[in-house]
Amino acid sequence: MREDVTLSQTSTHRPASNFLRAMTAVVWKDLAAELRSRELLSSMLVFALLVILIFNFALELDTRTRSTVTSGVLWVTFAFAGTLGLNRSMAMEKDRGCLDGLLLAPVDRSAIYFGKAIGNLIFMLVVEIIVLPVYSVLYNTNLFVPGLLLVILLGSIGYVAVGTLLSSMAVQTRTRDVLLPILLFPVAIPVLIAAVKASSGFLLGIEMAEIQPWLSLLITYDVVFTAVAFMVFDYVVEE
Amino acid sequence: MIEVRKLVKRFGLKTVLRGLDFRVEPGEFVALLGPNGAGKTTFLRILASLSRPSLGEVAIAGYRLPAQAAAVRQRLGVVSHLPLLYGDLTADENLRFYGRMYTVPRLEQRMAEVLDLVGLSARRRDLVRTYSRGMQQRLAIGRAMLHDPQVILFDEPYTGLDQEASNMLDGVLRQVAGLGHTVVMTSHDLARAADLASRFDVLSHGVVAASVLRSEIDPNRLLAFYRQAIQGA
Amino acid sequence: MGPKPRLLTVLDVVTIFMLAIATWMVFFYAPMEAVMGNVQRVFYFHVAAGWVGMLGFLVAAGAGVAYLRSARRKWDLVGLAAVEIGMVFAFVNVVTGAIWARPIWNTWWTWDPRLTTATIMLLIYAAYLMLRQGIDDPDRRARFGAVYAIVGFLSVPLTFFSARLFRTIHPVVIGSNQPGAEGAFDMTPLMLQTFLFSLLTFTIIFADLMWRRLRLGRLADEVEQKKLELTV
Repeated sequence: MREDVTLSQTSTHRPASNFLRAMTAVVWKDLAAELRSRELLSSMLVFALLVILIFNFALELDTRTRSTVTSGVLWVTFAFAGTLGLNRSMAMEKDRGCLDGLLLAPVDRSAIYFGKAIGNLIFMLVVEIIVLPVYSVLYNTNLFVPGLLLVILLGSIGYVAVGTLLSSMAVQTRTRDVLLPILLFPVAIPVLIAAVKASSGFLLGIEMAEIQPWLSLLITYDVVFTAVAFMVFDYVVEE
Repeated sequence: MIEVRKLVKRFGLKTVLRGLDFRVEPGEFVALLGPNGAGKTTFLRILASLSRPSLGEVAIAGYRLPAQAAAVRQRLGVVSHLPLLYGDLTADENLRFYGRMYTVPRLEQRMAEVLDLVGLSARRRDLVRTYSRGMQQRLAIGRAMLHDPQVILFDEPYTGLDQEASNMLDGVLRQVAGLGHTVVMTSHDLARAADLASRFDVLSHGVVAASVLRSEIDPNRLLAFYRQAIQGA
Repeated sequence: MGPKPRLLTVLDVVTIFMLAIATWMVFFYAPMEAVMGNVQRVFYFHVAAGWVGMLGFLVAAGAGVAYLRSARRKWDLVGLAAVEIGMVFAFVNVVTGAIWARPIWNTWWTWDPRLTTATIMLLIYAAYLMLRQGIDDPDRRARFGAVYAIVGFLSVPLTFFSARLFRTIHPVVIGSNQPGAEGAFDMTPLMLQTFLFSLLTFTIIFADLMWRRLRLGRLADEVEQKKLELTV
């Protein structure tokens, strides 16, 4: 091992704090850039609202059917808006070669993964938090049930965990934008089913014992896929 | 500082680098020349730790790639023809971000130094989106130098620059060379490389076909030397 | 690719033989089921095809892991072959499922967990192929394929559980005594034998096709190699 008496010594010590620093730097960078341009959030939001509007006409949501269909509509909306965000977030890195910039840094690749994933999660949650009151107002339903908020969190985590991994792949192919939904949706079905059922459960006031298996499924999915994505991310970005 | 032995790089069934040997002493400024498709960018990417060798050994500053990649990255700065900068952030914010990623000590001070070096102190609070291509390239160099790397790699840095910007870049590169860093630069532009480099290597058919020191050759003969090298292999 | 190995010829013969016997067993050896009639005979090949579909997935995921760890090209080929072949069988599974469903439940499609999961598996397979198609660099293609095969494989059990929690009208054949599940039936020993033999036959078919597909893949590589040598 060589002795280096330069500025460069510091990062070979304390790898754990290095990891956290890199991860937060990435999250911070994404948030700062988004605050400036608001490009991601505005497109996700507009898209989400349009989807809800279309559903209104497509499904003729009268007061009776609405209660059973609300969670489905919400999650379809979140899933579609989510893919938009995931795509754009990765495309921003790829286009200006910034992905290389991230890879050149002496940080663990998984720090990059978690940084991007957390950023994506924050964006998705922001959109969801805005969509909820809008939907509530448009359809005169109260959506601010604590259980629902929990489900939204758990579901988004699972969706973003896999989505960040798959969008890292999709962005490096020729068919980029089209490919992400094709890759993501079949694999995200357990999350969507569980999230919809659990959301319905909370909204309709069904007893906890019936909702609980869905929550377990969500948590299992989150844990399994976050672990897998984190382990496998290296292979997706390293040549 | 840089030691490459019998480097082979294959993409599927295609072999791009065929047992390449390459050695750079500390402080040298090597201009890596070669026709399109010779493998210059591939080679540079391997040196930059962005790509793995199929076979062979690569060591930078005593650390081997890919096993000790993190150590190499800390000591390496890369300037590619893509800016590697975030358009929606200011120059300051870009530098601060990379500074954190590289754990640069006394970051604010270092940022000021680097902005001075590349002549962009006046516009540090402007969004990179508003920079001209030449300015972005200069900022990219600043970014690459932020963590005081021992080795700097330039991949076709003059791409897309007009005459004036190229001249400014010359100035910056001269300063960088003067600071004693080890530099490898790929270039199409023989004339500019001739001014800056201390050594010229020609990459052809997947190996270093020829190598000559600045002191050993008359700059006017450089073109002939180059032509001969790429025909030879 | 060298000349066709003797063993492969033997395997071919064995495969055809077994398929013939299995078919005979399905139509003549196994008794007719009391409630559903002759259409129940679809069951044997339907489940066998489903099993091979899953097997393909398993092999692809395993090959994926092997490729990521070793970076040896042959694992990529194994993964691709497994997906291509598994996809065909998964498709057969879904179609025979529909054929079976129609007379029994009077519908071409039933959103039950097994069929739903099988269809989703088919979609993941298709996504895998589309992913590969969009990549030019062979190493990246192999790596991404491997990653997606692993991710896809892991999602299948979770999909199954979620679909199952969701609803059930698919016959729970093995080890179930739910009188409520429509279309369920108990297997007599003759049926069991036919069923197991069908499973075995289809597995052998899978192995045979895999071997041939791998040989084809190696031949394609050799052709590529020759092409490159000619252009240099």
